[in-house]
Amino acid sequence: MLSFTVLASFWLEIVFKVRVLARFRRAFAAILPVALVFLVWVFYAVERGHWRYDIDQTFGITGPLGIPLEEFLFFLIVPIAAIMTIEAVRRVKRHWLVGDEENGR
Amino acid sequence: MTYTALSISAIALTVLIDLRILKTRLLTRKVFWTSYAIILFFQLITNWWLTSNHIVSYSEDFILGARIAAAPIEDLGFGFALVTNVIALWVYWGRRGLLR
Repeated sequence: MLSFTVLASFWLEIVFKVRVLARFRRAFAAILPVALVFLVWVFYAVERGHWRYDIDQTFGITGPLGIPLEEFLFFLIVPIAAIMTIEAVRRVKRHWLVGDEENGR
Repeated sequence: MTYTALSISAIALTVLIDLRILKTRLLTRKVFWTSYAIILFFQLITNWWLTSNHIVSYSEDFILGARIAAAPIEDLGFGFALVTNVIALWVYWGRRGLLR
């Protein structure tokens, strides 16, 4: 699933020149606080038994509470794909404002 | 809290963060909703993959029971919260000019 997400989005970096990976510090500053909050949720939910993983269908590397490595990578890869998506859309629709334009609109 | 209650809280908190705290106002922008539609399409594919193959299995005790693409409907709330908050912070840092 994660490799599918990478394949489906990371080509935008090259073809649309979205420069998300190139601006990795800004991406990291956007992703880290959100990912930490979501990981708190994951720990809480797994501990409560909201869902469980089939470890046989993962790499087999697990962290606390038996949470697989893939869950942690999910909160890095999905956010990168999301940022790439909006940066690609704004490159196609140049008159649509995102809110971070130089003149502050 | 149940999966359902957490999902609804995540949506409410996201709206508050975008409109009032970061004031990025993504929820008022065409560029955001177009991007979200694309992301939602892929979320449904990956949700279906993870759930129908039982890579992740949900306890029926904490969800409403309504499912979209094999996954609990609540998942849409969490997905929305994840991508919206990340994009809002991305725009926030860009606007501050700190990390262009």
